[in-house]
Amino acid sequence: MSQFFGITIPQKFALAGMLFLAMMFGRVEFAAAEFGDIVINNYSDGVGMRPVIFPHWFHRVRFACKVCHTDLGFAMKAGGNQLDMAKILEGQFCGACHDGTTAWATDRCALCHSGQAGMPSQVNKNKDPKLTAAAPAPAKK
Amino acid sequence: MKPTSITLSFFAVLAAAILLASPGWCAQPGASNPNAFNRLLKPTKYNLPPAEDGYHDPAAEDVRELQAPAQAFQNLPKSASGNKVDWVKAVDEKKVTPVWDRGDPAAQAMPMDLDIVFEVKGSTPDVVYPHRQHTLILDCTSCHPDIFVPQKGANQISMAQIMAGQKCGVCHGSVAFPIEECRRCHTNKKTVASKKGSAARSSKP
Repeated sequence: MSQFFGITIPQKFALAGMLFLAMMFGRVEFAAAEFGDIVINNYSDGVGMRPVIFPHWFHRVRFACKVCHTDLGFAMKAGGNQLDMAKILEGQFCGACHDGTTAWATDRCALCHSGQAGMPSQVNKNKDPKLTAAAPAPAKK
Repeated sequence: MKPTSITLSFFAVLAAAILLASPGWCAQPGASNPNAFNRLLKPTKYNLPPAEDGYHDPAAEDVRELQAPAQAFQNLPKSASGNKVDWVKAVDEKKVTPVWDRGDPAAQAMPMDLDIVFEVKGSTPDVVYPHRQHTLILDCTSCHPDIFVPQKGANQISMAQIMAGQKCGVCHGSVAFPIEECRRCHTNKKTVASKKGSAARSSKP
């Protein structure tokens, strides 16, 4: 069992260390990802990629919800689409626009795969982390 | 996981818990003044650039190419929570013009102007659900019939469900404005509050 709540053991020690230092030397700054940002980590951790962070706000400026959630078939659930690169390269899901014409193509890996390793698929609700930190990561499929 | 690492991580968590519980150790804003304002609120920053938001990896090669939300939001109407943007107003004022159909740039949404009144217990103002704002950006099938049965009285909605991410809570609280903004849904003020728990209603039947 090398994974525990979605993070590896060295990462856990690093996190505990950072928490300790933060509390010793200053006021605790909690991560405040933008409201509605989605972490997509179906397979990324397993293949050594950073998880994807999808910025809802950036896309809703440009597209009606209906374009992705009806026309492209995105489920309204973080991690609910079983996205993988094969589907995207075939033009499904993200690949419908991320084709090098409407938006950057799949050669710009790190623009999407830019999240910190080990985060489970989730939607950022901008809540007090103390209330949500105890929620266990969903089981790996 | 080896037993030693389980023990070590247990002590790490224990140490963190003790530190969290002891106000003298951690320099929280209220530590020096026991009667400080917002004693239980965490210092929260919002609309941070991706490289600083704690979720993006600052070491990711291109993370600084990503737009900062604050830059995108500078000309949009403000609100109190969520993205701190009033998206409904932004669409109504055409500050944002979201594409309705990828294949047809000229396609426009066909909003349905139909309000649904949900009567609410006690003196809490009734909910007036406006279809118009929702159909400007969503398709009927986004909500019907999976989330809401398209029939009057068939949807029993509670705040508990919404907080658990069901019903309205599928979007409100995760992408659309969160439940802190009570009065954006609970709009229909009752005229007289009765002692029996159900108030006289100002809404039309």
